[in-house]
Amino acid sequence: MKFKFIEEKIAKGLMIGSSIVVIAFVINIIYTIFRRGIPALNWDMISKIPAGGYYNGGGGGILNAIVGSLYIVLGSTILGLLVSIPVVFYLNVYLKKNSKLAYIARLAFDVLFGIPSIVYGAFAFTIMILLGMHTSLGGGILVITLLIIPIFIRSMDEVAMQLPKDLLDATYALGATKLETIKVVLRQIAPGIATATLLSVGRAIGDAAGVMFTAGFTDSIPTSLSQPAATLPLSVFFQLSSPNADVQDRAYSAALILIFIVLIISLVGRFITNQFSKNKI
Amino acid sequence: MAQLIYQNSTRASWAEDYSFLNNDIENREGLALKKSYLKVSDLNLYINKTHILKNVNLEIPDKKITCIIGPSGCGKSTLLKTFNRLIDDTEGIKYDGSIWVDGLNIFDPKTEITEIRKKMGLLSQRPCPLPMSIYDNIAFGCKMHGEHNRKKLNQIVEEQLKAVGLWGEVKDRLKAPASKLSIGQQQRLCLARGLAVEPEFILADEATSALDPISSKHIEELFVELKNDYAIILVTHTLRQALRIADHVIFMYLGEVIESGAADVVFNNPKHDLTKKYLEGAFS
Repeated sequence: MKFKFIEEKIAKGLMIGSSIVVIAFVINIIYTIFRRGIPALNWDMISKIPAGGYYNGGGGGILNAIVGSLYIVLGSTILGLLVSIPVVFYLNVYLKKNSKLAYIARLAFDVLFGIPSIVYGAFAFTIMILLGMHTSLGGGILVITLLIIPIFIRSMDEVAMQLPKDLLDATYALGATKLETIKVVLRQIAPGIATATLLSVGRAIGDAAGVMFTAGFTDSIPTSLSQPAATLPLSVFFQLSSPNADVQDRAYSAALILIFIVLIISLVGRFITNQFSKNKI
Repeated sequence: MAQLIYQNSTRASWAEDYSFLNNDIENREGLALKKSYLKVSDLNLYINKTHILKNVNLEIPDKKITCIIGPSGCGKSTLLKTFNRLIDDTEGIKYDGSIWVDGLNIFDPKTEITEIRKKMGLLSQRPCPLPMSIYDNIAFGCKMHGEHNRKKLNQIVEEQLKAVGLWGEVKDRLKAPASKLSIGQQQRLCLARGLAVEPEFILADEATSALDPISSKHIEELFVELKNDYAIILVTHTLRQALRIADHVIFMYLGEVIESGAADVVFNNPKHDLTKKYLEGAFS
């Protein structure tokens, strides 16, 4: 057999092999969560807040963490979008292709992208102490917003950089100002915005370290931005830390709920993206 | 007289200078009332210190098809893009001289560039529909310029689609994405989109080069029809196309206008050697 055919077979084998390794890990994680989480899952888990002694095996559920996480995700996603869309628009429509400012900004966002969330948490925490703030839902939303803005910007930017020059020219030729092209630009990069949102939501809902200092943890559902809020990852953490095996199983249920929420958000996100991107050229 | 008119840069003074024309045009109606005017004087353009356009002087006649011809890289497209200042976004651009559009110098800082661009419908080499439905593609420009009346918009969309012969093909799917149209239909849609904002000029940059022969012929026929109402400036790489439809020809070579004039004169009786050689096919 010729060498290049052997080469082809080996390469293909390696690709299949690495795919199997990845899939095996995913299946293993999901299997573990299901095996330990499903038996402990019940209606109380998602409809009740923790009763007294919940972390020692008492009754109740994790509604506090579910609601807290959703609040934080919703708040930070909206704030993040409001901040990052103008940045991306400015970088790609107002600045020239090889602008120094754009280069520095992109570099800065790349660095921010790589900063671990615990650093954001600690940074926000020192500021909160300076301002005399307590751990609160508002603080949690702010720190998660800071955390996901680089994700938003870099993933939208990658798509926006592919904006056809002709498309902008066509819009200008109709008499549009740079600002007025935003309607065209947003439609064109809609799939990028959706992907960025899904990535950010995933990061926001799964983050434990950033909210630990800033949002705190509580057994009740916050009714204002100044009250502390529980989050699902921290809820998983506290239950897993318990020596009680029943409580540990509940941690897996909580993880299952977390995954389920992410799955729903992803599916809805993809559905919305498809609606938006059907006009893309 | 001409000198006096072109030295003024504001619309008001232009109107005053042209007031003597009012008697002539009073009895004409509609589009015929509008006299579109484009004159380039002493235009020099540099990109990163490379001299791209060299001392260009020309006039574009109204209600005629003007073809800009010349070999690749001679600055035809750059010149066209300068007319509506789309060239501004190019890195390292510098220009001097002036381009007068209806008595306004488009390089004057006081001139609102969006107003100039609105006057110039652009048709690019590859059709570039906006990422919206067929209907919105045409309504977009009108909405941007303040027309929000649904009934009026419907009327404009129908009118412009009819003007480019697309109405019959798309009237049942106006809400469909423009990207679903064939490439020839997309180009006609882009033309209709440009017409919807009521331009005076149509700038076409090799508008048929990406199209199949039938769509290409369709666009050419449209140009011939539209020249009754608009001044059409067509950059073309195919000499045969210029021979077919040009009323006025501008021949460019290495950034200079070598020869310009009525099509039959330039084609049948070129004055310059370079023009002669180009027309004979010595280079392209």
